[in-house]
Amino acid sequence: MKYLTEFRDGELAQKLAAEIRSAVTRPWAIMEVCGGQTHSVIRNGIDQLLPPEVELIHGPGCPVCVTPIELIDKALAIAATPGVIFCSFGDMLRVPGTSGDLFTVKGRGADVRVVYSPLDAVKLAKENPARQVVFFGIGFETTAPANAMAVHQAKRLGLQNFSVLVSHVLVPPAIDAIMSSPTNRVQAFLAAGHVCSVMGFHQYPPLAEKHRVPIVVTGFEPLDLLDGIRRAVIQLEAGTHTVENAYPRVVTFEGNRPAQALLAEVFEVTDRAWRGIGIIPNSGWRLRDEYRAFDAEARFAVAGIRSAESPRCRSGEVLRGTLKPHHCEAFGKDCTPRTPLGATMVSSEGACAAYYNYGRLVELGTERVPCPV
Amino acid sequence: MCLAVPGRVESVYETDGTRMGKVNFGGVVKEVCLAYLPEITVGDYAIVHVGFAISRVDEATAHETLRTFQSLGLLEEEFGEGEP
Repeated sequence: MKYLTEFRDGELAQKLAAEIRSAVTRPWAIMEVCGGQTHSVIRNGIDQLLPPEVELIHGPGCPVCVTPIELIDKALAIAATPGVIFCSFGDMLRVPGTSGDLFTVKGRGADVRVVYSPLDAVKLAKENPARQVVFFGIGFETTAPANAMAVHQAKRLGLQNFSVLVSHVLVPPAIDAIMSSPTNRVQAFLAAGHVCSVMGFHQYPPLAEKHRVPIVVTGFEPLDLLDGIRRAVIQLEAGTHTVENAYPRVVTFEGNRPAQALLAEVFEVTDRAWRGIGIIPNSGWRLRDEYRAFDAEARFAVAGIRSAESPRCRSGEVLRGTLKPHHCEAFGKDCTPRTPLGATMVSSEGACAAYYNYGRLVELGTERVPCPV
Repeated sequence: MCLAVPGRVESVYETDGTRMGKVNFGGVVKEVCLAYLPEITVGDYAIVHVGFAISRVDEATAHETLRTFQSLGLLEEEFGEGEP
């Protein structure tokens, strides 16, 4: 709440919140899919502006959080291989594997580098022909075009020393899985604005129809989020289930066609394991056969690694929306962003890190105890 | 890592056959891949994610978002050098 007053449009935010209050007549549970939205909700105190009837369930849309521990362990093994330059987005360095993280591997002498763009890794491969350069290609549909371009460019340049450890995940199959779960409590979705800026939102009307659930494409700033919630509440109260675009200044129905074309050339759909959730059918991308030569899992012998989660981490329940971060026994005590037990405490988009960083250490008046699964 | 920041295209050129450009994010200038917005030119604004322009935005929207990000310290978080 303290940040909201700093916005130029604090007044407009209050007006949107008042509209939500006047529209609501009974309890509703709305999921914001994207971790960036969760972060903005907590940082700006959006949830505290809402009437007690409206509960926000934080979704699994944090790529760092849902990258399976098996992939983290493979990353650790590849990064520790002599001669390898292992490139990653910075968020991944503290994500715990079975034993340690990329930061500890780096501390033992491995060449682990943080890059801003996947093309930086391609550049490193060009400049270091005698070294194997591996990029940790994680992310949702927003990040995938960048990783696809890196692979595409490496192929075009004929780089023999570049490969990608791919762990791409997709939003629509996750929405389908959440709605199909017998323990589901979600009644409406805020779809992730930047995923839709790439993919458009033509995949969502069949989902809205199948599950009779309103889906509102939503942005990331406080006013965007409040408007998305307002539209979802109005639909819930009216009993409708259409797809709305509350982020038209960035998102079109078709999305970014050139990006979609390269994605289709480089990747194909595959089943994917989500950390804390399990395998969701057709929920990820892997490299097509034409690009298999750039698959780090094929290039390095990392198939036989045994992985095991910390028995104390409950991030799976947080990712499924059945446990609020600060209801976990370890939260803020044994588990902090500096000593995380699980990925949700690491990433700047992880729900646990958002709660920790913005001081949600105590129960809020507007929150309810989550339903037991 | 999922932040997408709006910036102003300052130059457009080709590197290794790929359309690239310099983009200014409220004072911080970064090299950005423009291949996915083939129509974008100098002076236009785009939303950029991990070094890739993914969607065009109008100038007013870009400025408003940049102001918000600046006040929250998000630009520093996104472009700050160094490691965790």
